[in-house]
Amino acid sequence: MAKDVAVIGVGQTYFVRGYEGSIRELAFEAFREAMQDAGITQKDVAASIFCSAPEYDKQRSPAGVLAEYLGLIPQPTFYIETVCSSSSSGVKVAYSMIKAGLHDVVVVLGFQKMSEITSAESQERMGRGADIQWEAPFGTMMPAYYALYAQAYMAKNGLTHEDLMNVRVKSGTYGQTNERAVYRKGVKPADFDPNNPDARMAGAVAWPLRVGDACANADGASCVILANAEKAKAFSKKPVWILGIGAASEAVNMAARPDFAKGLSVGYGAAAEAYNMAGITAKDIKVAEVHDCFTIAEIMAYEGLGFAPMGEGKQLIREKATYKEGKIPVNVDGGLLSKGHPIGATGGSQIRTIVLQLRDEAGPMQVPGNPDIGLVHNVGGVGLYGNVTIFGR
Amino acid sequence: MGFEKFGRRSFTGITKTAKFVDLLAEGKVEGTVCKQCGAKFFPPRSDCASCLSKEMDWFEMPKKGKLETFTIAYYAPFGFEKDCPYTMGVVDFGDIKLFARLASDIKPEEAKVGMDVSVRPLKYEDGQMSFEIIKA
Repeated sequence: MAKDVAVIGVGQTYFVRGYEGSIRELAFEAFREAMQDAGITQKDVAASIFCSAPEYDKQRSPAGVLAEYLGLIPQPTFYIETVCSSSSSGVKVAYSMIKAGLHDVVVVLGFQKMSEITSAESQERMGRGADIQWEAPFGTMMPAYYALYAQAYMAKNGLTHEDLMNVRVKSGTYGQTNERAVYRKGVKPADFDPNNPDARMAGAVAWPLRVGDACANADGASCVILANAEKAKAFSKKPVWILGIGAASEAVNMAARPDFAKGLSVGYGAAAEAYNMAGITAKDIKVAEVHDCFTIAEIMAYEGLGFAPMGEGKQLIREKATYKEGKIPVNVDGGLLSKGHPIGATGGSQIRTIVLQLRDEAGPMQVPGNPDIGLVHNVGGVGLYGNVTIFGR
Repeated sequence: MGFEKFGRRSFTGITKTAKFVDLLAEGKVEGTVCKQCGAKFFPPRSDCASCLSKEMDWFEMPKKGKLETFTIAYYAPFGFEKDCPYTMGVVDFGDIKLFARLASDIKPEEAKVGMDVSVRPLKYEDGQMSFEIIKA
């Protein structure tokens, strides 16, 4: 496996509801942390890439505005978007530019300030991330789309509401230990009990998915700084190398989707490409971050990534195999379910977690045994875009 | 013009496939089929993704399908709130699929994965045109 491009700095804001500042100030917080982590200054940065889901941005063409605020002009800058996987796509582009020899150090900054619009408006805009000509006119929204997958998957594979709940319980276990997460309360079965008047997570949102099956909107930013081998070795004591990158796409319209009971096709496609490039298999992964925008999405991700055979993802949560001490720890930072999901910032946040894990710097979230290979699985839309990135020491 | 009549709420009014709305008014739910290579599409397209042809015909969707999956929306996006709860699903006709709401006379608890269903045009009281999944 080639060690040509490394992550030399990572940063992330606290993910919060209602950030008290503008997008440039939000971006700066993540940028400052990543720059200090890398130990570099703006003159060392050759180019920057900004990533978000534009339907939340009041600012048109934010790359220029943010590059100026971050002190990254006159270097080239531009914008990349694949909805919820925007910053993973940004990292893929940065990797390509570095590998091609165009630039030696590239900043990838993902951000989202979702709080300026109401939750219903936000759902409508996310619905418009689907097909506005043929599907949004029915009143679709993100939970409903993932519920279509959950319904078919549960009917065929024997996945239960208790299994989904246990994904959320695991998330809560680790969300409590992540000071950057928006939701830091533990989750217990009583929270999902419809007979419990205080149950916070039992209400149906889009059946079969309930409140507790969904992640929350949040404001946040993440920053990943990538460098070529020469600069990585010069700047960083602990470079984390990109070993494999895979990406795939799928039909936006549900009518053109293959078997819903088999999960998201892009998870399989992106994983196969990334494993092939890295020259490894699922068994080599020591820690993973997967796109758990909904509990069902984590189960489907287990299978797409090859951690479990198709239809058997439930076994991993039943056996607690994806807990920190299990055979394949997944989302031990709380995942999207606990951290919150500031769309454009999410991929970079997942990458930050894996980089910290591989540097043995994840604090209370650290997976034991010095993990040497980690994986990030980041999905845009309802399996519209799939991205898998593999990192190694 | 004309396509703004499609859907409970429309987001775009102009498409070369706007005839779809006229067909709904005639009582037909139709997809498009490529005159050159025979590829079938639903929802309709005016260009063939298989052979790049722009010569497309209309064809009527099959009548007998199975409900592959569904969801009951208890929350709705902006502009759809008054309809809650409503059920949406995907019908598999074998060689082609369709996404729509389930007719309101199918109670949520009646919906089952694998049940026999069909599809028919739907006219809302405000004149908007759509189509819905019905019991077979």
